[in-house]
Amino acid sequence: MILARLLEMADYRGRIFLALLAALAVLVPIANLLVPPDSFLHIGTGTVVLLGKYLTYAILALALDLVWGYCGILSLGHGAFFALGGYAMGMYLMRQIGPRGVYGHPILPDFMVFLNFTELPVTWWGFDNFLYAMLMVVLAPGLLAFVFGWLAFRSRVTGVYLSIITQALTFALLLAFFRNDMGFGGNNGLTDFKDILGFNVQAQSTRVVLFLATLLTLAAAYIFARFMVTSSFGKVLIAIRDAESRVRFLGYRVEHYKLAVFVVSAVLAGIAGALYVPQVGIINPSEFSPTNSIEAVVWVAIGGRGTLVGAALGAFVVNVLKSFFTTGSLAAYWLFVLGGLFVLVTIALPKGILGALEKLAAKRGTRS
Amino acid sequence: MEKRTNALLYLDGVNVSFDGFKALRSLTLILAAGDMRAIIGPNGAGKTTMMDVITGKTKPDSGDVLFADGSVDLTRHDEAEIAELGIGRKFQKPTVFESHTLVDNILLALAGRRDPFSALFGTRARISPQRIREVLDKVRLADKAERLAGELSHGQKQWLEIAMLLAQNPKLLLVDEPVAGMTDAETETTAELLREINRDHTVVVVEHDMHFVRALDCRVTCLHEGSVLAEGTIDAVAANERVVEVYLGR
Amino acid sequence: MQRSMAASVGMHQSLMKKASMAGFLAMLVLFAALLSIPARAQSYDAAIDRFLSDSFPDTEAGISALQAAGDARGVAVLDALLDRRLFVVAASRTVLVRDRAGQTNDARTGQTVAEAPAGAVMVRLNNRLRGLAQAALGAMTLLSPDPERRRLAAEAVFRSRDASALPAIDKTLETESVPRVRAALREARAAILLADAQAPMAERIAAAAFIGEIGDQDGIGLLRQTLTNAQGQLREAVEAAIKRAEFTQQLRRAGQTFWFGLSLGSVLLLAAIGLAITFGVMGVINMAHGEMVMIGAYVTFVVQDLIRANAPHLFDWSLPIALPLAFVITGLIGIVIERGIIRFLYGRPLETLLATFGVSLVLQQAVRTAFGPTNREVGAPSYMSGSFDFIGMQITYGRLWILVFTFAVFFLLLAVLKATALGLHMRAVTQNRRMAASMGIRTGFVDAMTFGLGSGIAGLAGVALSQIDNVSPNLGQSYIIDSFMVVVFGGVGNLWGTLVAAFTLGIANKVLEPFVGAVLGKILILVLLILFIQKRPRGLFALKGRAVEQ
Ligand SMILES: Nc1ncnc2c1ncn2[C@@H]1O[C@H](COP(=O)(O)OP(=O)(O)O)[C@@H](O)[C@H]1O
Ligand SMILES: [Mg+2]
Repeated sequence: MILARLLEMADYRGRIFLALLAALAVLVPIANLLVPPDSFLHIGTGTVVLLGKYLTYAILALALDLVWGYCGILSLGHGAFFALGGYAMGMYLMRQIGPRGVYGHPILPDFMVFLNFTELPVTWWGFDNFLYAMLMVVLAPGLLAFVFGWLAFRSRVTGVYLSIITQALTFALLLAFFRNDMGFGGNNGLTDFKDILGFNVQAQSTRVVLFLATLLTLAAAYIFARFMVTSSFGKVLIAIRDAESRVRFLGYRVEHYKLAVFVVSAVLAGIAGALYVPQVGIINPSEFSPTNSIEAVVWVAIGGRGTLVGAALGAFVVNVLKSFFTTGSLAAYWLFVLGGLFVLVTIALPKGILGALEKLAAKRGTRS
Repeated sequence: MEKRTNALLYLDGVNVSFDGFKALRSLTLILAAGDMRAIIGPNGAGKTTMMDVITGKTKPDSGDVLFADGSVDLTRHDEAEIAELGIGRKFQKPTVFESHTLVDNILLALAGRRDPFSALFGTRARISPQRIREVLDKVRLADKAERLAGELSHGQKQWLEIAMLLAQNPKLLLVDEPVAGMTDAETETTAELLREINRDHTVVVVEHDMHFVRALDCRVTCLHEGSVLAEGTIDAVAANERVVEVYLGR
Repeated sequence: MQRSMAASVGMHQSLMKKASMAGFLAMLVLFAALLSIPARAQSYDAAIDRFLSDSFPDTEAGISALQAAGDARGVAVLDALLDRRLFVVAASRTVLVRDRAGQTNDARTGQTVAEAPAGAVMVRLNNRLRGLAQAALGAMTLLSPDPERRRLAAEAVFRSRDASALPAIDKTLETESVPRVRAALREARAAILLADAQAPMAERIAAAAFIGEIGDQDGIGLLRQTLTNAQGQLREAVEAAIKRAEFTQQLRRAGQTFWFGLSLGSVLLLAAIGLAITFGVMGVINMAHGEMVMIGAYVTFVVQDLIRANAPHLFDWSLPIALPLAFVITGLIGIVIERGIIRFLYGRPLETLLATFGVSLVLQQAVRTAFGPTNREVGAPSYMSGSFDFIGMQITYGRLWILVFTFAVFFLLLAVLKATALGLHMRAVTQNRRMAASMGIRTGFVDAMTFGLGSGIAGLAGVALSQIDNVSPNLGQSYIIDSFMVVVFGGVGNLWGTLVAAFTLGIANKVLEPFVGAVLGKILILVLLILFIQKRPRGLFALKGRAVEQ
């Protein structure tokens, strides 16, 4: 019943998108687990992991589209929320290693032993508990977004100013997480994970399950985002994007709306990060680098902002491209391609791939 | 705290300066409930700034800005609160939500709860389409209800914005240059519309266009360099020597 | 070898000083050879004989005898002794000195010996002897004609605090006229008196006060040492002196911090000025700004490379040559970017941000492809290297010139904006584009030129920054956030604000650093800035007005 109502909210491209996700959810596990490895239909576990990684990026893109595409807040620091969620998950995974580390310390992760920590820092307490860790996945980015957003939106920092201070935010976190005495593994970050909820993270079946979990999260995130943007709340967001002062003079508290969508988006990004870490097996401070955040912006721009589906699509397409370029002799050209995409999309495809496709379709429609 | 006044809007001794430039100098304006007032004055006289002060966008350096029989000190509230108190404003440059349909534009303006929570979980959505249609009818845009506001002409956007004000149902409407860029016929219609609105709202209209002001048929205040130069009927103000001087140059 | 040489005069610091000292020793030997007085020569010869037996007591006697003889040749002998270059040949009863160039001379006659004879044995030293030899050398060089040499000698005495040098110090003080040397001598004298338990109490107290007044690190060390076994009045005096000295030190440290802050501020300002034009005046968010700086640095590299290959003697001219080139090249790149991309995006700041970020990626990769991903070596011309001492602070020429250069660029730019037609048109276009256009100003041309100017200035910054930063394709990235912070902090569209902001941030950074460390300091600054922008979104020197609100 409820599902049907939710599905109703999806427009036609949303339905296509959800159908696509459903197809992936069925086909990928089959092709990986059931099809024999020598068959040409077989999908290797490496590919599953790669797909899973792209899907987490798609969630991040979705989150970014909510704030940028619908509310006009260009955050250049969403990578920070992603990374915070990732670190929370990484900390859980580190605690799961237990005494199996190189130094064999019953509680302390290897890097802490190495850095002469004698006891677990307060920040790490409770992370052996999965539920607590998941709570942190939501709370860490959510709280940061709340405090930051509360300050920024209340004092009406908008436009590029906001973009630049979000970039400074992630830059500051980058520097902070590089420090060893922060107790988050410094330069090397967190890695060498063993298992998650008792299952080996390296195992093929775990990987497939993680892939499915990510897929499901993406679908849920999409439906939730769609619910948001089609509600009156979403209409207010778009109104803020188009004419902020008009909204204010109509009696809306613009800062509350912005804060709400910013926090929701940050939490989504954090969840994406949490799904990312067990799949790629590492989280380190470079995830906070401003380039990461801005790359995520380009996924959204390329896919088509303010469309949700387009954002997810953009994340997927750009990363497939990136994998294609960076594995092989073309590696040196990737930045040319990426840089070119930035320029091309902003000038030639302001509405992204999806927007361009729709325009094309509309033209066809009127002609025939 | 407030002066006893039974005016709906009461401005007295209001001063505003920007970087030393005095945009308003001890401006006084008193409006009773149900009034219609036209504000004229050359460019830069401070008309828009006056509206900024009333609606909380600009805080005055000094002076009283009181609302509702002197019971509310407007300088202590921000834009959203002032809007909730019942003051609506149309900008000089028409400002509508271009990527929303006309219906949605009105929907967002209609009185009702404005917090994010009820917006998300539906209480706002239960607004009757009937009411929306009524408002659009009033500004003669009902036939374009499902069009995007961005597709409207300049004049139509002005009307839509006025319609949004109506939907907000404020006690006081501030209308900044509503006929800029309109044809004569449109101007006529707008004047008619504003008179109609004035039946159950207090209205302040800023306008240059003398024909339009005449058509409004109301008391006129002429601002110059941030303070009131003359006030009275249109004929009295138009005959005022200093007003003529200001408008025509020495 | 070099280390013991430096130690021989108690110096363990700069390479430069070592070099000048070696040169001086050679000169001194020559000088001594010309002026050797027969009577002294005799006692000198006797002193030399003492070394022949190579026994510690005899060597000790030899060292004192050399000092007593006061013959300048003794300096070379002691220097050689300390440096393991003094040999004796028992058979022929000769003492040989091998000089730094590797040439061996007879200590008595000064004649060059073709090569060390078979029986040559190095004269041995122990720590005690080493100390004695250093003190003696210090005392002897007090007589040298070179003031710098005398000062170093006085410092050596200060360290050894050898009471036997006191007469020599007093004697030198009588005639010494160079203030710098006088100060060093008096300090050495005070150190000797302070350390000497036999000296009269009043003199020791005065010495403590004097050392306290000078207030350098070594003096504090000495005072602390004295404190351990000082009693009564002396103790009080020493304590007071330590307090005083520490205060002086604090002041000096504050001065040094201030200088570092100024220097960092000048770097920030230099990096941000170009942005103050493109972002501040035009409102264009140019994320490729840092890459313009980077390209400026690479221009310097290429210019130096060409000079090294073709005209090495022009090396000192590399920066003056690179400056106009960098300006023109980055300016042209800027114009191309403006005409090719940015002009389609006016009024869409967020899109501009993204597109120029794309440009920055492309430029980085292009440089990486052309020059490789690693750091490139950019050399410092003579006037950019070295440092000098300014009331106790070390100031490097490179940093000083960059500060001067920054101000030059800043004021030149102000002048351009105020006084030239381009400046006038620029302001006209930014204030009211339509009006400017209707008055016949070619707004497109002005936009391109303005952007070119901002980019060109970034290129100039790159030339200067190549002197203090690693020249790599990532150079620009490290400046972009800082630059934006500076411009935003200072208030967009306000060059003076940018100036104040840059120096405020620079100094704040350096003030915080000692307390919280460099990285945390930077983070703290970022956080403070974020909070500041909350309070005053339009910067320190906000221009109020509608133009900036739109
Ligand atoms: N935010 C502001 N900053 C600086 N000057 C302003 C600002 N708002 C208005 N002004 C100045 O105040 C004067 C009055 O402006 P305004 O109220 O818009 O006049 P009007 O609406 O009567 O044409 C003008 O000279 C204008 O330039
Ligand atoms: Mg106006």
